[in-house]
Amino acid sequence: MGSRTRPYRALLGARMRAQSSYRASFGLDLVSSLLIGLVELAEVWVLYRAVDEIGGLDLTAALVVFGLADTAFSIADLLVGHVDRLPDYLRAGTFDVFCLRPQPLLAQLITSDISLRRLTRVGVGFAVLIVGLIANDVTLTPSSVLLVLLSLLTGTAICTGIFVAAAGAQFFLIDAAEMTNSVVYGGRYAANQPGSVWSRPLIAVFGFGVPMAFTGYLPTLTLLDLPVPWNLPDWAGWLAPLAAIWMWGLAGLSWRTGTRHYQGGGG
Amino acid sequence: MRTRVWFRIHWRMFVAGWRRGSRYRAAALGGLVANATFGFLKASILVAAVRAGGGEIGGYDAASITAYTWLSQALLGSVNLSGRSDLAVRIKDGSIAVDLLRPVDLQTASTAQEVGRALFALLPRGVPLVALGVLVGGMRLPLEPVTVALSAVSIVAGTTLSFLTVYLVAVAGFWSVETRGIQTAYMILSGFLAGLFVPVTLFPGWLLAVARATPFPCMLQTPIDVLSGRVTGFSAGQAVIVQLAWIAGVLLVGRLITHAGRRRLEVQGG
Repeated sequence: MGSRTRPYRALLGARMRAQSSYRASFGLDLVSSLLIGLVELAEVWVLYRAVDEIGGLDLTAALVVFGLADTAFSIADLLVGHVDRLPDYLRAGTFDVFCLRPQPLLAQLITSDISLRRLTRVGVGFAVLIVGLIANDVTLTPSSVLLVLLSLLTGTAICTGIFVAAAGAQFFLIDAAEMTNSVVYGGRYAANQPGSVWSRPLIAVFGFGVPMAFTGYLPTLTLLDLPVPWNLPDWAGWLAPLAAIWMWGLAGLSWRTGTRHYQGGGG
Repeated sequence: MRTRVWFRIHWRMFVAGWRRGSRYRAAALGGLVANATFGFLKASILVAAVRAGGGEIGGYDAASITAYTWLSQALLGSVNLSGRSDLAVRIKDGSIAVDLLRPVDLQTASTAQEVGRALFALLPRGVPLVALGVLVGGMRLPLEPVTVALSAVSIVAGTTLSFLTVYLVAVAGFWSVETRGIQTAYMILSGFLAGLFVPVTLFPGWLLAVARATPFPCMLQTPIDVLSGRVTGFSAGQAVIVQLAWIAGVLLVGRLITHAGRRRLEVQGG
C-alpha cells in the first residue's frame, strides 16, 4: 500500500513545498482567500440582517448552514478544486502526458496539485460554524457532535464528487467549460440557501440531483430541530451519507464516460 | 478633423473587439447557462426575503427584486468584475512595447476594444437572460423612449467605467511586474460593492457610504436601477450623470498614471 501511494505523496509534497516557498506570494494568496471567505459571509449577513428570517432560517441558523456547507466545499476545493483546469490541459494537449503514465488518470489529476491557499477559507467556514453553534445553544451531546462531523465529512465527499463529475463533462464541453460552473459554483451558492424557498426544478437539481442541500441545510434543520420541507422526515440530515454515495456514483459515471470519449490531443 | 480621426480609430477598435467577442460561441453558451442557474437561485431567495420583510426591503418589492436579479445576471457578461484584462498580460510579457509604439492612445484605444468585446456579450447572454426574467420571473421592462435611451446610455457607461477601472489595475504593472494581488483585490471587492450579490441599498448605512465612495455601484447597480425603472425621470438622469462623472475621474487618473508609468516601464528581453 505504502509503495503504491508513494508517487502521489511525493507529488503532493513537492506541490506543497513549491507553494509555500515563495513566502510573500503565498501570504498574499492566503489573505485574498480569507477576504473572499469574509465577503461571502458578508453577503449572508447583509441579507439576513434586513429581515427576521428567510425560508425558516434566522441569521444564527443561516450561520450554521454557511459554516457546514462552506467548510465542506472549501476543503473539497483545496483538495480537488484544480480539476477545474482540465479544459486547459485538454486544449493544450498536455492531458496526454497523464495518459502515458502507468497510474489511474483521476488519481493523477487529483494529486497533481493541492491549493494550500484555500486553508484560510476553510478557517472562515469553520469559525462561522463554531459561532453559529454557540449562538444556537447547541448542546454537546454525542449525537449532535456526530451529526456535525458526519455532515462535514459527507459534505466534503459530495463537493469533491461534484468537482469530479464536472471534470468528466469537460471532455465533451471544452470551450463551454463555464457551463459546469452552474453546478459547481452555483451549487456552492445553493448550499448556503434555505432550500424551502426553492421552486420544484431547483429542489430537483440542488436538493437531490446534485445534493447540495445535504451539505449544510438539511443537517442544520435536524441539528436545530427545525421543520424539514419536501416531505422529508425530521432526521433527514442523517441521510447525507446516502447523498454522498449517490454523488460519487454520478462522478464515477461522468468520469468514465468522459475518459472513454477522449481521443487524444493529436500530439 | 482630428476629432473625426479620433472617433474613426476608436470606432474601429470597438468593432474589432465586438467581432472578437462574436467568435466565442460555445463560451457564451456556457456563460449563459451559469448565469441562468444563478438567476433562478438568487431570485428565489431574494423574493423570499422581500416576503419576509413584509413586501419590501431596501426599497425593493417582489417585482423589482426579480428585475434586479435577472438584470444583474444579464449584465454580468459585459461589466468587468474580474479585474482581468489583456493589457495586464501584455504588460507582463513585454508586448506592451509594441502597443506603445502605435500612434494611438493606449488607454482609450485598449478600452474601446475591450468595451466592444464586452458589449457583444449582451446579445448571446444579456438578451436571453432578460427574456427568461420576463417569461419566468414576471419581470417588466421600460417602454417609454426616454427610459430606454437612458438605460442604453447607462449600460454602456457602466461597462466603460468597469474597463477604465480595470485599466488602472493593469497599468499598476508599469511599477510591479506581477499585478495578480491587485487584480484579486478588485475581483473580491467589485462584485460585492457593485451590488452583484445583494442590492447595495440593503447595506447598513456605513457600508453603503463605503460603496458609494467607490466607482463600483455605478458599474452595475446604476444600470440595473435605471433599466428596471426603480429610479425614473430626474433621478435617473442624475444617476447617469454620476456615472459619467466617475468615468471622467477614472479616465483622468488613468491618464496621469499612464504618463508617469511610461517613464518607469522596463521591458525585459529584446
